[in-house]
Amino acid sequence: MQQTATPAVEARSVTKRFGPTTALDDAGIVISEGETHALVGRNGAGKSTLVSILTGLQRPDEGEVLFAGAPAPSVADRDGWRRQVACVYQKSTIIPTLTVAENLFLNRQSGHGPINWRSLRGRARDLLDQYGVDVDAGRLAGELDVEQRQLLEIARALSFGARFIILDEPTARLDGPAIERLFERMRALRAQGVTMMFISHHLEEVYQVCQSVTVFRDARHILTSAVDRLPHDELVAAMTGEAAAGYQARSRTVATGAPVVLSAEKLSLGERYRDVDLTVHAGEIVGLAGSGSSGKIGLAETLVGLLAADAGTVTVNGRTPKPGDVTSTLRAGLGFVPEDRHKEGFVPLLSIAENATLPIAHKLGRFGAVSPALRRARAERMIEDLTIKTTGPSQPVGDLSGGNAQKVVMARALADDPKALVVINPTSGVDVRAKQVLLGAVEDAAERGAGAVLVSDELDDLRICDRVVVMFHGRVVKEVPRGWADAELVAVMEGVSTHDD
Amino acid sequence: MTETTVASPGTPGGSQGSPGKARPGPSGFRIARFRDLALVPAILLLIVVGALIEPAFLSADNLTNVLQQQTELSLLVLAEAMILIAGKFDLSLESTVGLAPALGVGLVIPAASNGLGTDWPTTLGIPICLLIGVLIGAFNGLLILRFKLSAFIVTLGMLIVLRGLQIGFTGGQNLFALPESFLYLGNARWLGLPASIWICGIAYAIGILALGYFRHGRSIYAIGGNVDAARAAGVRTDRVVWIVFMIGGFLAALSGLLMTGRLGSVAAAQGDGMIFTVFAAAVIGGVSLDGGKGTLFGALCGVLVLGLINNILTLAGVSAQWIQAIYGGIILIALMLARVTSGKAQD
Repeated sequence: MQQTATPAVEARSVTKRFGPTTALDDAGIVISEGETHALVGRNGAGKSTLVSILTGLQRPDEGEVLFAGAPAPSVADRDGWRRQVACVYQKSTIIPTLTVAENLFLNRQSGHGPINWRSLRGRARDLLDQYGVDVDAGRLAGELDVEQRQLLEIARALSFGARFIILDEPTARLDGPAIERLFERMRALRAQGVTMMFISHHLEEVYQVCQSVTVFRDARHILTSAVDRLPHDELVAAMTGEAAAGYQARSRTVATGAPVVLSAEKLSLGERYRDVDLTVHAGEIVGLAGSGSSGKIGLAETLVGLLAADAGTVTVNGRTPKPGDVTSTLRAGLGFVPEDRHKEGFVPLLSIAENATLPIAHKLGRFGAVSPALRRARAERMIEDLTIKTTGPSQPVGDLSGGNAQKVVMARALADDPKALVVINPTSGVDVRAKQVLLGAVEDAAERGAGAVLVSDELDDLRICDRVVVMFHGRVVKEVPRGWADAELVAVMEGVSTHDD
Repeated sequence: MTETTVASPGTPGGSQGSPGKARPGPSGFRIARFRDLALVPAILLLIVVGALIEPAFLSADNLTNVLQQQTELSLLVLAEAMILIAGKFDLSLESTVGLAPALGVGLVIPAASNGLGTDWPTTLGIPICLLIGVLIGAFNGLLILRFKLSAFIVTLGMLIVLRGLQIGFTGGQNLFALPESFLYLGNARWLGLPASIWICGIAYAIGILALGYFRHGRSIYAIGGNVDAARAAGVRTDRVVWIVFMIGGFLAALSGLLMTGRLGSVAAAQGDGMIFTVFAAAVIGGVSLDGGKGTLFGALCGVLVLGLINNILTLAGVSAQWIQAIYGGIILIALMLARVTSGKAQD
């Protein structure tokens, strides 16, 4: 690859902190004129922070950004940034209630004076034609599908005159053929000399459209290389790093003929997942792995009744709870730890005792009354079992640290001695000690005869599973028995080895 | 720039750059325009019903009367529709309708007529009234935008505070002995129509033009539709919303002015209870409570529908004790119909 003297875009030793966390630690990237450059890294590696710094939405604490060798405009100069860099964000910036034409020329519909709608539609059609986007300029943007909206964003981004465009996970919401069309378009743009930075969790895509790749891990720059000189496994190794010493999984055998306590049959939900079958036996822990767009969270939320599937059935402990109804799922004997503990996990102002005993309140007294003494006794036992660090059962959960709050959520999930357990990202944002307790609690539950589904972005967590089911773009692509290697699993998750199947 | 549908040689098959989506035809935009006119058949139907019930309904006097009675409501709906399109709320408009003219009058009339005793020149009455409307809107904006409070609860609080202020300094008394200028606007006829109808028509014309054909007006839709996207496009979102609140306060004060002139006094309860009708007219007229959707023309149609219903009920001789319950019930039915015909959940 020829290296021009001055790179089109360069971020030099950039550091960015948000309170106590360092989002970028002396990291940088160099993107040559006209190349498509991939930025990869696992969640929390600092990719999004780099995007907001490269688009001028945030100012780095240290370091600098250069465009074609010249320093970037000041953060206040939005127009200056827009002439340098365009970005298609993960989150859509299309306004659904306005027409396509107006979205393209938002806040620049006319110079001065009234808007001439006819000429605005004409200008929009020219712009759409120029980028080969086949969409009627007069339609409401809300009527477009995801792919068309994305094309709209790309056309709008380029219409400001920027020759550098950032595509932040553009494929996450697209299906296979649409991704192929997007790549076609990216290649065409590259042929016209547009420089691109491409972010994706799917490494296979990096090999399809990019010439070079930069890997971030733990807020640091790990390596930059030409794509054709970096084999898959080295890329995966750079992303994951060496596995830190973590929780020691216990050995356990699932009794043959153990009853099925949780199962999904031909489950489908919109674009999130399709035709998923899953069976969990008593005493078994099944891991669910996959990238952000794999549909694993959606599947887990369907199992617990937070979402209702379009088709298929969920069976809990031999019963079929009403789809999309958490209460009936819990009654059937399921406990769960939701993905976002702040949103669905606990009521911050209520005490530990109240939070942890919410699902079993009806067992703590008669005629709808709840006996404070019984509740306190139960809570004290939970605090001891899960070593929750607290001043007592009456402390509000909102005052606890992340790890201890998560233990309360786990206690709530386990309160009714569930036959089936669904645990989503239990260790996100908790420290090593809490992690061990939380994973231990899941293993304890399995030893008591519960069947568990563990969804996690952390490979280490999945080590306690008897088998791991891997999802990719909404489908189950592989089932891996205990004893897998990191690289093997990541490769399946990122879709690299789907060709080998 | 060259055509972008070049297939790169590296891709087997070379799928076309432009997706083979079926073009829906250019009718999309025209259908969007039709939504504005959705209430026109309803208005025509009401006119026919009115004519059947009472022949006097179609007389020029009665129709003028219907329009004039709706001018005050329609100005409030204009204000509320703009605020709703921007994605916010203002419940306090109905109290501004009372407080602004009450202060405008109170500061200029003598203490003997329940004035405040300041005896300012009477020419200041109307400017003070309108200025107070603007200030109330600015204060609402301050609390909502600077202090990041919920528009709903802020303006609910202001609804009570403003009403309380009016009762406090008038001692709960109605203000009579209005200056000439106040009476003029409520009673003058320009070119054969009451002045208030002209004022209202002009206000709507300006509003429809501004929100339909000017960048700043369009930015209100952008803000209500997706505030982050609007900001990313360079719209100064806070400033625009703030101005919208001030215009809202101004229109509410103007509405109070017209009402004061028409009735010849400022009642302590002037404007009380109007806000439900205001929201109902806006929503029936197709303005979304979620922001970003709806037109001022649609809102105006909503006002006319409610005005005609009210008039027909009166002409049909529905007893005064029952009219409120029936009117409220019809509004709820109209909301249900609007929900069913638009086919989408009312937001």
